[in-house]
Amino acid sequence: MKRLGSATIIRDGRVIDPANKRDETADLYIADGKVVGSKSEIKNAKSEIEEIDAKGVIVAPGLIDMHVHLREPGFSHKETIESGARAAAAGGFTTIVCMPNTSPVPDNPSTIAWIKDRASAIAPVNVLPTGAISKNLAGEELAPIGSLAQAGIVAITDDGHCIQNHEVMRRAVEYARMVGVPILDHCQDYNLVGNGVVHEGYWSTLLGLPGWPAAGEEAIVMRDILLAELCDHYIHCQHVSTAGSVRLIREARSRGVKISGEVCPHHIALTDEAIQNFDTNYKVNPPLRSQQDVDALLDGIADGTLSILCSDHAPHADFEKEVEFDIAPFGIIGLETELGLFMDLLVHKHRRIDIARLIEMYTVEPARLLKIHAGTLSIGARADMTLIDPELEWIVRLDQFESASRNSPFNGWKLRGRAVRTIVAGKTVWKL
Amino acid sequence: MNVTTRWTRKDLVGLRELTADEINFVLETADAFKQVGTREIKKVPALRGKTLVNFFVEPSTRTRTSFELAAFRLSADVINISATTSSLTKGETLKDTARNLEALHADILVLRHSSAGAPQFLANRLKASVINAGDGAHEHPTQALLDLYTIRERRGKVAGLHVAIIGDILFSRVARSNIFGLLKLGAHVTLVGPSTLVPREFEKLGVEVSYKIEDVLPKADVVNLLRIQHERQRREYFPGISEYIRLFGLTKERAKLLKPDCLIMHPGPINRGVEIDSEVADGLQSVILDQVTNGLAVRMAVLYLCGGIAT
Repeated sequence: MKRLGSATIIRDGRVIDPANKRDETADLYIADGKVVGSKSEIKNAKSEIEEIDAKGVIVAPGLIDMHVHLREPGFSHKETIESGARAAAAGGFTTIVCMPNTSPVPDNPSTIAWIKDRASAIAPVNVLPTGAISKNLAGEELAPIGSLAQAGIVAITDDGHCIQNHEVMRRAVEYARMVGVPILDHCQDYNLVGNGVVHEGYWSTLLGLPGWPAAGEEAIVMRDILLAELCDHYIHCQHVSTAGSVRLIREARSRGVKISGEVCPHHIALTDEAIQNFDTNYKVNPPLRSQQDVDALLDGIADGTLSILCSDHAPHADFEKEVEFDIAPFGIIGLETELGLFMDLLVHKHRRIDIARLIEMYTVEPARLLKIHAGTLSIGARADMTLIDPELEWIVRLDQFESASRNSPFNGWKLRGRAVRTIVAGKTVWKL
Repeated sequence: MNVTTRWTRKDLVGLRELTADEINFVLETADAFKQVGTREIKKVPALRGKTLVNFFVEPSTRTRTSFELAAFRLSADVINISATTSSLTKGETLKDTARNLEALHADILVLRHSSAGAPQFLANRLKASVINAGDGAHEHPTQALLDLYTIRERRGKVAGLHVAIIGDILFSRVARSNIFGLLKLGAHVTLVGPSTLVPREFEKLGVEVSYKIEDVLPKADVVNLLRIQHERQRREYFPGISEYIRLFGLTKERAKLLKPDCLIMHPGPINRGVEIDSEVADGLQSVILDQVTNGLAVRMAVLYLCGGIAT
C-alpha cells in the first residue's frame, strides 16, 4: 500500500464521533493513514496535501456492518470478497464482518487465512472473518475455536444455521468465553419453523404458504439468554425480527445479562404484506413480520434494547431467485441500501433516534462487542471515515450497484440520506 | 354486456383477485357450455387452432382429465406434460420450461404445481394464458367455481346460504378458493376441523371457525367435505383417522342433523368411511357427481374466456 506520506484535511464537516461524545463543526487531519490532532502534524508529510470540502456533510468514524455474506470461497457466482467489499465501500462501510456459510466452511485456520489473504490483496475495505462454532456448521462437534481465534476471527457463528442441541451450544459459549470471542446466533428452532418460508400469520394463512412462527425465533433467543447468563459470556442475537424477542432481550439486558441484538433494514421497512405477489425478493430469513413486530423493533431501537444495525447482505444470482417461492433461497442484498433506509426510516420518517445514535449503532456498538480497533475518530486511530449527506435524496438503482447480485426489493425506493465518500486508512476508496 | 367488458383477464390464478361480477360471468358462461355436453356432438369450435398444454408438475388425474375434455370440446389441440416427462427432472427451471412451451406457440398453459404462487409466477412472465389447476395450499379456482356453480344450480343462489367447509383447511387450496368465492357472492362460511388444521387466524378472512361439528350441521345449507389424509407430514396435526371420524366425520348419525335440503359436496377423491359415511356419500343430498359434470362446463368457460383474451 502506498499510504505512507499521504496527508488529508477534511474541512468544515460536522464531525460526529460518538466514542468521544463529539458533535461539532471542525476540520479533521489525516497523516500516514491515521487521525492526527493538528495541521502542524501533517506538514511533515512528503506528498501533497489533499483537501476535502465537507461543508454540510457529516464526518463519521468508518461504519461497520457486522453481518455480511461475501459468498467466497465456494459461491462466487453470487458475490466475491472483491465485489462485496466494493459494495460495502459504496454503501459507506469501512469494515465488514463476513459470515462462515461458505464452501469450505471456515471451521479451520487455513480457510480463515485464505479469506484474510484474499481480502488484504483486493478488498478496498477491512474484511474481518468469523469462524464456525461447529464443524461444517453441523451443530454437533465444536470447531477449533481457539485456533480460529489465533488465525484472526472476530466472532464465532453458525449463521444461516442454528445449533439445536442446547448442550452443544452451552459448551460452545463456555469455550468461547475462555478464548475471548463473542457468539453470534441465528435464532431459529428447526422443529417449530419446519419448512416455513413466510411469517406465520394473516398472509401465510391467506396465501397457503408454510408459516415461520415468531415463537421459532423467540424460543432460541430465550435459550441464548439462559446460556449467556449461565456461562457469563456474550451472545449476540442476529437479525432480531419479532416483538417477543425484543421483550425477552430488553428484560435480560435490564438484569445485566450479556445478550445483545441487531436489526436489519428490511425488518423495519417492510411487513409480511409484501409477499402477496409471491416475489422472491421479499423472501428472507427470518421472514418479514407483522406491523406489531415492526413497531416493537422500532421501540427496541429507540430504547437501546437493540443496539446494532446491520444488513445481513445475502446475495443470490437471479436464476436462483427466479423460481417458485417456496424453493427460492432466502436473502436480500443490503450493503448499498442499508444506510439510506435506516437514515430515512429511523432518523427522518419515524424520528426514533438521532443521527449520532445511528452512527454509534454502526460504530461504537459493534466495535465494543467484537473488541476491534475501529469505530472512532480518536487521535491515533486508523483513519477510517464515512462522509454522510443526511439530507441527500436519492433513488435506489439496482443496475448501478457494485454487488454482483441484484436480489433487493428496494429498487426505485426514494431515500433521504446516504454516504458520499468512504475513506479507509486515509485513502478515499469510494465517492459519489 | 358483452365479453370484452365483463372479462379482461388472460389468466386465472385465483378467486381472491376476481370481483363478484367476474365470478358470476364465468358461471353464466358455463351455463351455455353445460348444454354442449348434452348434445349428440359435444363439440364447439370456440378454441379451434389454439394449443393448450396441461402442465402437471404435481400428479392429478381428475382435474387433468376434466381440463383435457373441456379443451377437446372447445376444439383446442391438447398436450399433456407431467413432472416426470418434463425437463424439470433434468434441472431446468419452471420458468425456462414454460418459456420453451411458449416458444412452441402454446396459447394456454394449465398448471398444477406443489408450490403456492407458481401460476402467478408464470402468469407474470408469459404472454400465454395461465390457468391455475391447483398450486400448493394456495388456490384451486376452477374447483371453487364448479362448487359455486353446483350450489347456484341446486339452490338458485349463493348469497345468504350457510356453507360449512369441513376437514383439513390449513393445507387445502380448495378451501381457500371456496372461502374467497363464497364470501364474494355473499354466503356465510363456517370452517370446521381439528384446531391444528383450522387455526383461528382464518377468522380474519371473514369466516367463522368451529371445532364442534354438531353445532354447525343443523344450520348448514351446504356442507363441503375435504379429503382427510393422515400421511407422514400430517402426523403431528391430528392423532389419527379413527379419532378424526369420532370428532369430525359425517357419519350416518350426524347426517340426521342436516336440514333435508342441505347439499353434501366433496371435491374428490372421497375416502368412504373417513370424512364421509359411504351411504351418505351416495344419498339423495349428495351432489358429488354433479360437481364433476359441472366441472367440465366451468372449465370450458374459463378456457374460453381466458383463451379469448390472450393473443
